[in-house]
Amino acid sequence: MMVRVTLLYFASLRDAAGAASETLESDASDLAALYAETRLRHGFALPSEHLRVAVDGAFAAWTDAVRDGTEIAFIPPVSGG
Amino acid sequence: MNRFSIAAGPVDVAPLRARLLHERAGAFAAFEGWVRNHNDGRPVAGLRYEAYVALAEAEGERIVREALERFGALDACCVHRVGDLAIGELAVWVGVSAAHRDVAFDTCRWIIDEVKSRVPIWKHERYLDGQADWLHPRQTHPAGSGD
Repeated sequence: MMVRVTLLYFASLRDAAGAASETLESDASDLAALYAETRLRHGFALPSEHLRVAVDGAFAAWTDAVRDGTEIAFIPPVSGG
Repeated sequence: MNRFSIAAGPVDVAPLRARLLHERAGAFAAFEGWVRNHNDGRPVAGLRYEAYVALAEAEGERIVREALERFGALDACCVHRVGDLAIGELAVWVGVSAAHRDVAFDTCRWIIDEVKSRVPIWKHERYLDGQADWLHPRQTHPAGSGD
């Protein structure tokens, strides 16, 4: 089923995507599949094993379904401090 | 008041320290992270921090709360900068008050270590040779996080 979601990009992912966010329609089976689609399209270097994913401001699991109307962030390895 | 916050401008540490004063406290420990002029052998000209602010503040609050439960300190707080920072500027501040120094030191150390591994903040370094890059260290995620 097609759902409409907003993707947020940070750091190197934003540079590669050329935008901080985008809204798109997808029929990806889960968040991992959505990332795989997005990675292919934008040429992201990082595999999902090195990232975390968040939905609507809270960490989520890659196996979670992609829910309509949500805001999804792919979180590259962090480097604060 | 929030115990963890993201700051877009320079941080004044005096009021942060003041809010941790407590009659039962016999110890206070603080950690300051500063922007240094080199990393991995490369001369650094400056850097920029970027955060996913909503999630960073939620995860930061969770870390400080977990630290207080785990070590039994009286109070703690942490502020992390975002934006462009020059060499020598304060990037992160952690303060902890406790009855005794061991708890204050241990709590402070644990908070900064967890912030570095869990909070969605990224460092973009500019090098003296004109190159610049995001730091995305490979790491294993702490057990039990992500839910």
